[in-house]
Order: sequence, then structure tokens, then C-alpha cells
Amino acid sequence: MLSNTGNFLLLINIFLSSLIIYNSFKCLKTESNFIFKNIYQISLLQSTIVLICFFTLTAAFIVSDFSLITVYQNSHSLKPLFYKISGTWGNHEGSLLLWVIILTIFSFLFLIFNKNHPKNYRLYTLIIQNLLILGFLFFIIFNSNPFSFISPIPKEGLGLNPILQDPALAIHPPLLYVGFVGSSIYFSAAMASMISNYSGRNFAQSIKSWVLISWVFQTLGILVGSIWAYYELGWGGFWFWDPVENASLLPWFAMTALLHSLLVLEKRNTLYFWTIILCLLTFTLSVTGTFLVRSGILNSVHTFANDPSRGIFILIFLSLMIFASIYFLFNKFKPTNDFINSNSKETFVLINNWFMMFYLITVLLGTLYPIFTDVISNNKISVGPPFYNSVIIPVVVVFLFLMAIGPQAKWIKNKFSNLKNILLILGGAIIINIAIFYFLKSYSLISNLILISSLFLIISSFLDFFKKSRSSLPRIVSHLSFGFLILFIGLNHNFSVEKDFNLKLGEAKKIDNYEFALLDLKLNQEVNYKAVVGKLEVNNSITMERKILYPEIRIYENPQTLTYEASIQTNYLGDHYLTMSNIDRSEYYNIKFQHKPLMVWIWISVILLSLGGFLSLFKNAKNN
Amino acid sequence: MQKIIRSSIVLLFIFVFFVFYNSLNRETNYSTDYLVGKKLTKFNLKSFHEKNIYTNEDLKKNDYTLINFWASWCAPCRVEHPYLMQLSKEKNLKILGVNFKDKKINASKFLNELGNPYNDLAKDMTGKQSVNFGIYGIPESILVNNETMILKKFIGPLNNQDINYIKDIINSL
Amino acid sequence: MKFKIFLIVFFLNININLHSNELVEESKIHKNLRCLVCQGQSIADSNSDFALTLKMVVKDLIEQGKTEEQIYSFLSDKYGDWILYKPKFNLDNFLLWGLPYLALIIGGVIIVFFIRKSSKKA
Repeated sequence: MLSNTGNFLLLINIFLSSLIIYNSFKCLKTESNFIFKNIYQISLLQSTIVLICFFTLTAAFIVSDFSLITVYQNSHSLKPLFYKISGTWGNHEGSLLLWVIILTIFSFLFLIFNKNHPKNYRLYTLIIQNLLILGFLFFIIFNSNPFSFISPIPKEGLGLNPILQDPALAIHPPLLYVGFVGSSIYFSAAMASMISNYSGRNFAQSIKSWVLISWVFQTLGILVGSIWAYYELGWGGFWFWDPVENASLLPWFAMTALLHSLLVLEKRNTLYFWTIILCLLTFTLSVTGTFLVRSGILNSVHTFANDPSRGIFILIFLSLMIFASIYFLFNKFKPTNDFINSNSKETFVLINNWFMMFYLITVLLGTLYPIFTDVISNNKISVGPPFYNSVIIPVVVVFLFLMAIGPQAKWIKNKFSNLKNILLILGGAIIINIAIFYFLKSYSLISNLILISSLFLIISSFLDFFKKSRSSLPRIVSHLSFGFLILFIGLNHNFSVEKDFNLKLGEAKKIDNYEFALLDLKLNQEVNYKAVVGKLEVNNSITMERKILYPEIRIYENPQTLTYEASIQTNYLGDHYLTMSNIDRSEYYNIKFQHKPLMVWIWISVILLSLGGFLSLFKNAKNN
Repeated sequence: MQKIIRSSIVLLFIFVFFVFYNSLNRETNYSTDYLVGKKLTKFNLKSFHEKNIYTNEDLKKNDYTLINFWASWCAPCRVEHPYLMQLSKEKNLKILGVNFKDKKINASKFLNELGNPYNDLAKDMTGKQSVNFGIYGIPESILVNNETMILKKFIGPLNNQDINYIKDIINSL
Repeated sequence: MKFKIFLIVFFLNININLHSNELVEESKIHKNLRCLVCQGQSIADSNSDFALTLKMVVKDLIEQGKTEEQIYSFLSDKYGDWILYKPKFNLDNFLLWGLPYLALIIGGVIIVFFIRKSSKKA
């Protein structure tokens, strides 16, 4: 029953999207400056029906209707209700439905919130957005239909991968999707802007809020994903430069660049075509990322069930998008009289974009290069953290300095009268850095430079905070927290302690200033898994800290999987992180203990970073 | 000038799509096929029973050698064992078994139970020696000729098809 | 100004490489080796049989006095370049290592060019 309802609703949606496109074209031909009332109504209906369609699937998950293949493959009747609900978007088919929801809702909201912009621009945006919606609806119906029927109906589902049964991972996809699927609306707007010749300041104003919204959500989405990886994947890292993570980072770089160039377009009415390119690039990268992740051409920690036919569909969709973008860019591009002064704020925005493009190209290249070597020279290579760290980190140092100096410059023209200030701040940063390393004793040139540059950015942002008017608060908050983010990552990386050893029950071991003892092992029976829980005592002879940690080895039944749950004790100074794993054919357990300083502050910095985006959004809404 | 830039951008994208399209139908899993055609590097394998040591020189005496990595705790090894027994009847082929990270008692029991197909039997208690052969999991088998050049690698248990492939090669003399 | 920035960037890179040649750090090597039987983990992050064996082999090789580079080339001979997370500098990979910096330089040139053009108009 639910299967039929779902399919029916999907078909209605295809009809409604076509109807919107048809009516929009009809409306374009009229002289009047108003958009037909029925276009609004159909758009609203479309969003509503997509939501109902999604809730139908959720209902199927809740009642465990295994007549749907998707439910059968990804759920189990014994699964807790919360994960039944989050299971709706925890799989390929359901998550595509979430795509379409965001596409349609953004389409509707963009239509009603931009009433003071010209009719043609709004209609073209609507048409292009609905073409995107149609593309995804066809993909869903012909290739990845969540409402596909299975017969005979299985009695029980296969269950959801236990490592995905996690609250952080339940909210991760929706956040991320609002981010990168949300970028579709300014892809459509950019195309519409070229078609209807609606450029400049006003165009910038019409998309600014949307860019900010998607940026904030993308940032939060990446954060939640990292937190999940940190406590769930069990080896204490939070960023692995894994292809799937890179796929979410690439649009973020493009969005961040766009956010800045949009300011120039808004204030100074230049860089129009560059801004358009960034709008198109952001969504293109989002779809590229989806292609890489879902087609299974990459080998990654984050496994999705893969299928090449999906890949072909997304690839065709992607190529249509790119060639349409290129076609309009080539046709509409004309050299503009962009006017940029050196040392002005515009220059620094350009420099921001310059660095963002560098990061983007590095990460894109690192992600795609193995595919190219494999196809062209039949040589499989890996590109992992050591590559990204050695290429990117040195450049970050320079970037942070420029990020601190940039906002001091004025629009249009600026003279550096405050060189003395800069030197003073730099001196302060160096002194703090020396103090940190003096007390904690560790040395490497690159980490010194990272700390100095991030401290430089932090101090100058603080000074800014007391000098400037309240209007630059969003920028100060974001820049300040970015400085903190890099500072904390740097400190965390430098002063982490890691001990790796084997222990058996009742045994104790002393390593440097730490003493470890495996006091107890217990077998627990939970609802959907069994767990071996270890009780470990950790004594630090220097700080006199004593910790008891309870790492787990879990054995899930549906489907059968072994996972290692880290035991983490967090406080404001740092995390004690411990994982225990069994060694095959041995009574010993491998113990990995880590002390990760200032971990929680890394998360807080990212939250503050996105808060800056929120403040900017708020300010923008108040001004318009 | 503008034309050149434009067409090169379009060509670049076409090239990227071509690569993406091709990669869709490729095997993404890791394989060690590129080792085929290379010679084995120097190795020193301790004998399972006696004190002697097997090196590359020992393999040069045989026309063909199949080096088979196995253990009593490895379930797929049980599956491929009958096929090894079949191969042990071939005259042109010697089989060198390498007992991998195993206990001697269990390994002996395994062979007593299922039969011993190995002309020579070596052991690798720590698994370190197997790295010389590019082994990353067992069972794995390597077919080499009398110049110790690798003719074929078999990852996972041997099956009927593999057996016939080996027979074809060793009897083609 | 720009030129200085490049000098700094290149200097830093050279420095990193010099640093890595001097001493052989076990954990650093572990982080650069892919665990072939795992999903995208380095052997430092894995307790699989394969990772444990490889850690022992790395330890032996260090004790034999092998440099980091020699260890990498020994293992990539056996398991292919797939095992190295940091791709080698070679002809196959020159685009990977070169293009990011090339893009950085081209980007810088475009910006300078752009600003020059603007200031002439003014």
C-alpha cells in the first residue's frame, strides 16, 4: 500500500514540476510584471507533496513494511524507533528523496522571498531549479526508487549497519544536504542571471542569504561528521582526508570563496563573472562529490552500497549541467571594466579566493588523481593525509597572516599606515608561541609557524573587536574562530600522546609516565548487540590523574558486525581516548590510549565559525 | 586566443568524463596482479620439520613451483585443500607449502586429517617472510617457473578453473 | 610581496623534506602505509593481522638501518604504490605534486595582472 502511495506521489511531482516549467514559460511571454498566482500555488503544492512522499517512506520504516526493498535492506523490526526514523535518509534511495525535498523547498522559498527582483530573473531561476528537480525525480523513479516493491515479502529486514546507528550520523546527512543541495538555488539563480541579463549588485543581494544558509549548514554538517568519525571509527582522528570527506569539503571551499567575492559584488559592483563561476562551481562540485561517493569508483572508509548504473546516471546529469554552464558562460561573457585597487579590501577578497582555489584544486586533484592513474596507466595509487598535509599546511601559514591583515584594509583605496601595529601583533604572537613551546617542550618549524600565524590572526581579530563598529561582528567572529580552530588543531596535533600496547586480563604495564592496568572484562547483553566491556585504569605519574575507562568490543547481530567503541573522557583541557581490540588467536588485547589536548575546543571553534555565518545572515535579513 | 581557451576547456571536461565513465566499470579492489612477470626477491623460509632453509635456489631445480600460503585456522584453506591434493599428482609441478602464523600441532593435525599435498613444507610463524612475497591475507598461491619468475597469483582459495589453468601451463612444455 | 610569499612556501616545503630524511620515525612510517585489507585506514590505525605483520617488518627494517625511503620502496615493490599514502615524486605523479603550486602561481599572476590593469585605468 505504502509502495503505491509513494510511487503515485512521485509521479504527481513530475507532473507538477513540468507544470511549473510550462506556466513559467507562459508567464515569461506576458507583459505584466507579476508572476501568475497559480505558479506560487503549484510550488507550494509541490513542496508539500514531496514532504508527504518522504513521510510515507518514514512511515514504512516505522511500521517495518518490508515489502519495500529499501526498508528490507536497511531496517530491522528490533531496531530502536529513533534509528528506524533516521534510517529513512540513512540509505541511498531515501537520501535522494531528501535531496529532492531540499531542491523543492529552496525553490519555493526563493520564489516567495525575492519579490522585489525582476520577474524574468525569478522565473528563469524557477525553471532551471525545476529542471534539476525533474532530473533527480527521474533518477529516483528509474534507478533508485525507495518505493520499489519486493515479492515475496520478507519476514525480517537485513538491518542497518551498526556503525551508522548513531545520533550524530542521524543528523549529519540532513545538515550536509541543506548545505550542498541548498547550493543548487544559486546555481539556478546564476544561470537565470546570465539568461535574463540581471547582474551586479542586485543579483548579489538576491542570493546572499542563500549562500550564507548553505555555508552555515555545510560547516555544521562537516563538524558533525568529524565528531562522529572521532568517536566512532575508533582511532582518535577526526579528519582523514578520505574521498568521502573531501567530497563535502570541496563545495565548502567554493562556498567560502563565493561568500567573499559576493561582498565585492555587493559593495563595489565588480567581479560579476567570477562570482557567477563560483555559484556554478559550488553546485557542480556537490554533484561531482555525489557522483564519486555513490558510484563506488573510490575506495573509502565510509562505505555506501555502490552500483555503477547510478554512476552513469549522475555522470550524464553532471555533464549536462557542466556543458549548459559552459555554454552560457561563453555566450554571455564579456570583458567588464572591473576596477580593483591594490591594497584595498577587494584585493584581499581576491587573495582569499586565490587561496580557496588553491585548497580546492589540491583536494580535488588528490581525490581524483588515483582514478586517472588507474584508467590511464593502470597504476593504482593512494593519496592520503601525508600528501595533503605537506602540500596544504605551509600555505595555510601565509593564508592566516593575510586573513588577519585583510580586514584592516578599506574598500577602494588603502594605505598601510598601521605597519607598526602589525609588527607589534606579530611580536606578541611570537612571544606566546615561544612560551607555549617552552613549557610544553616540543619543536618543529612548521608547527611553530602555524601557531604564530594563528595567534597573529587571533590577536588582530580581538583588537578589531574592540575598535570596530558592531556591523563587522560576523566577520570578526568567523575570522577569530578560524584562527582558534587552526591554533587548537596545531596544539592538539603537537601535544597528543599516543600509547599502543598489548595487555591481558589482570596485567599492568608502565610506559613513560603512564601506568595501565586491565582490571576487568565483562560480557553485556544489550537489545541489538553483545558487548565485551573492559575496565582499564590509567594513572599519570606526572599530573597524578587517575582515570577509569570502559572501552567496548561490540558484536551486532543484524547484520553481523564487530565494532570497537572508544571510551572517551572529555574535559576542557583534553580528552582521554582509549580503544580496545581483540587480537586474533590470542588472549591479549590491543590497547590504544591517546591523550588529545583541547579536543573540545576544536568543536567549539567550528560552532563559533558557523555562528559568524548566522550573525551575517541575521544582519543581512535586517538590512533588507 | 579566446577560441583556443574555450575549446581546451571543453576538451578538458570531455577528457574528464571519458575517464570517469571508464572508471565506472573497473574493479576498485586492490590486486597484486602487477607482480606477474617479476622475479621473486630473495627469501629464507625455515623448514617446517627440519632445520634446513628454503631459498630461491631451491625453486630453480623445479620446472614449476606453486607456493601456497595456508594455516589450520583458515577456513577457506580447507576448501582449497582437495584441489591441492589433485595438483600434487602432477609431475612437472612441485608444491611448496608455507604454514602461516600457525601452531605446529594444529598444522600437523590438519595435514594428517586431509592429506599432505606439499613436496616441501616451510613455516612462517610471524608472517614476516610472507611480506617478501606480497602476501596480505591467506590463502594465497603463487605459480613460478624455474627462473623464479611469477607466472600467476591466486588470491583466495583455489578453484577448479585455477587448477585447470595451472595444468595447462605446466603441461605446455 | 608575492615573490616573498612563494619563497616562504617553497622554503617550508624543502624544510619538511630535509626533516624527514634525517631520522626514521616508526609511527610516521605507519601512518604512511595503507592497511590493504581495511577500508581506507593506515596500518597505524588498524589491528588487523596484516597491519600487525607489517608493523613488525617495518621495525625489522629500521633495525637493519634502512632509511624511510628504502622502506617505502621495499614495500611498494611488493604491494604496489597503492600501499603508500604519500605518492612518490615520479613522472606519473608530477601533475599531482605540481599542479597545486602551478595553480597557486597562475592565480597570483592573474591577480597581479588584474590589479595592474585596473590601476592603469585609474
